[in-house]
Amino acid sequence: MKTLKKIACLALALALSLSLFACGGGSKVTLNVLNWGDYIDPDLLRQFEDETGISVKYTTMTSNEEMLVKLASADNIYDVCFPSDYLIEKLVAEDLLYAINKANIPNLSNIDSRFLDLAFDPGNQYSVPYMWGTVGILYNPTMVSDPVDSWNILWDEKYSGEILMYDSMRDTIGITLKKLGYDINTRSEDDILAAQEALIAQKPLVRAYLTDDIKMELINGSASMGVVYSGDAVYCISENPDLAYAVPKEGSNVWFDNIIIPKTSTRTAEAEQFINFLCDAEVAAQNSDYIGFSTPNAAGLALMDPSYAADPTYNPPQDVLDRCQIFQDLGDFVKVFSNAWTKVKAA
Amino acid sequence: MKQTKTTKPKTATGMLIRRSVFAYPYVVWMAIFILAPMLLILYYAFTSDGAVTLENIVRASSWDNLRVLADSVRFALYTTLLCLLLGFPVAYLLSQMKKTTAALLSVFFIVPMWMNFLLRTYAWKVLLSAFTNMLYTESAVLLGMVYNFLPFMILPIYTTLIKLDKSYIEAAADLGANPRKTFLKVVLPLSMPGVISGVTMVFIPSTTTFAISQLLGGGKTMLYGDLIYMKVITEQSWDTGSALSIILLAFVLVSMTFMKKAERKTSDEGGGRLW
Repeated sequence: MKTLKKIACLALALALSLSLFACGGGSKVTLNVLNWGDYIDPDLLRQFEDETGISVKYTTMTSNEEMLVKLASADNIYDVCFPSDYLIEKLVAEDLLYAINKANIPNLSNIDSRFLDLAFDPGNQYSVPYMWGTVGILYNPTMVSDPVDSWNILWDEKYSGEILMYDSMRDTIGITLKKLGYDINTRSEDDILAAQEALIAQKPLVRAYLTDDIKMELINGSASMGVVYSGDAVYCISENPDLAYAVPKEGSNVWFDNIIIPKTSTRTAEAEQFINFLCDAEVAAQNSDYIGFSTPNAAGLALMDPSYAADPTYNPPQDVLDRCQIFQDLGDFVKVFSNAWTKVKAA
Repeated sequence: MKQTKTTKPKTATGMLIRRSVFAYPYVVWMAIFILAPMLLILYYAFTSDGAVTLENIVRASSWDNLRVLADSVRFALYTTLLCLLLGFPVAYLLSQMKKTTAALLSVFFIVPMWMNFLLRTYAWKVLLSAFTNMLYTESAVLLGMVYNFLPFMILPIYTTLIKLDKSYIEAAADLGANPRKTFLKVVLPLSMPGVISGVTMVFIPSTTTFAISQLLGGGKTMLYGDLIYMKVITEQSWDTGSALSIILLAFVLVSMTFMKKAERKTSDEGGGRLW
């Protein structure tokens, strides 16, 4: 009885403190922003808050899949989000996105037309380009003697325990499909099975399956090579000039992360204001310079140091892009991918 | 107890609200945060498109998934054993000290518990990569689990040991038992309720661990909790995730029943019970 009473008091205290929290907050408009980790210059968030009086509540996650769970849930609270191409395709198909009023985003004219009107969102009805890039191998030439021009090097026993793979289903199965010469958006169960077996065979050589942590490991030399997004490679090379980036000859994934507003948002005007802010040439330049990812903002790129445009990691030449594929939404076939991925992770 | 309202003049106790009223917020709390989620898991696990089915459970008990469960149990057993081997001596030493010294020393393992375990696990990640080459191995995962669950082994054993009636030990000594024999024949058996509480409190959360394996194992060691996480988050297959949870829950309930039985057997003889 005594303990029961204690617990009751505790519960009461908790309930009271919770109701206190609920009373907080003022009249200030808050935008809930959901983004990838290390994917914006935090100074820009403060600048936006100062300029507009809108406060930004910023949350991060590590995969498109996680983003989908949050956006598709009935009580989604987010007003602005930064998913990739194939997820946008799915979100559009599921009617989860707000059709953007382009009149509110005059800075859209800064965007290079190469990045507009892509297959996943024809006419950019729902999304505005944010960053883009490729997937490739970031390696440390002081530790890797062989030329890095093929995905096969990630399967080379010589580098056992030094290889980092990306802890993301689409990316990792995607590059394995490319290594095996298959389509990155394959709908063949045999192709996926082959990729699954290749990844299981590779597992003993892999140091770890990571996401944002890959950067630190490569910068401080704990591993000799890893699968990264091109923008992360730009950042890592700026921290450790020993590192080099390569998009293997078998081809890879070229991706586009766009900004969207979920249909459930009640702050669409403020969200559009935020998107317009991010499309400002100076803001885009500062942001891209800070995070290292490639900006689709032509006016912004023009303001940046010319070394960026000349850097094949930041600004991949056409022959690299020609061998890269954009991810498509897999529909129900995603189950086959996830089954394979679970088997790899549990092996 | 029943209070007669009208005949007696109002006494201090009459003014009080019935005690059970204080439990209502707790009942509401439990209903919302424990019962409702459980019912949802049951619903997802046993239905498919609104029809009752065992399909999810069958799919979730595939050979691959059971192997992950076996792996988790193996990790949980190692963790429990290591925690016991480390925790018992610590609890015993603490119980032999002056109360104030023991209180001061226990601060060292209680205060870190005030911090979120994720932060502490991140700290281990930095330590392991800076000073050892253990990071991203199974040993690192085991270390993280032992570190996180050790206090749950020490505390119940310690509470049992300090409540232990000293006259038993004196009696044993009077009757000619040497300290070693006294420990083995008197202290150890009498501390069993604490040991079993500790084992339960370490084994159960160990079996359901995730995150630690993800952080310190570098995504190479998949425990059952990670599997559920993957099914729900990456695959958004809530039904399979729920079915996996039900299987885990059944396993935990069965092992708890065994431990409760063992506890009841040993706790007839005095000793403190933490829960």
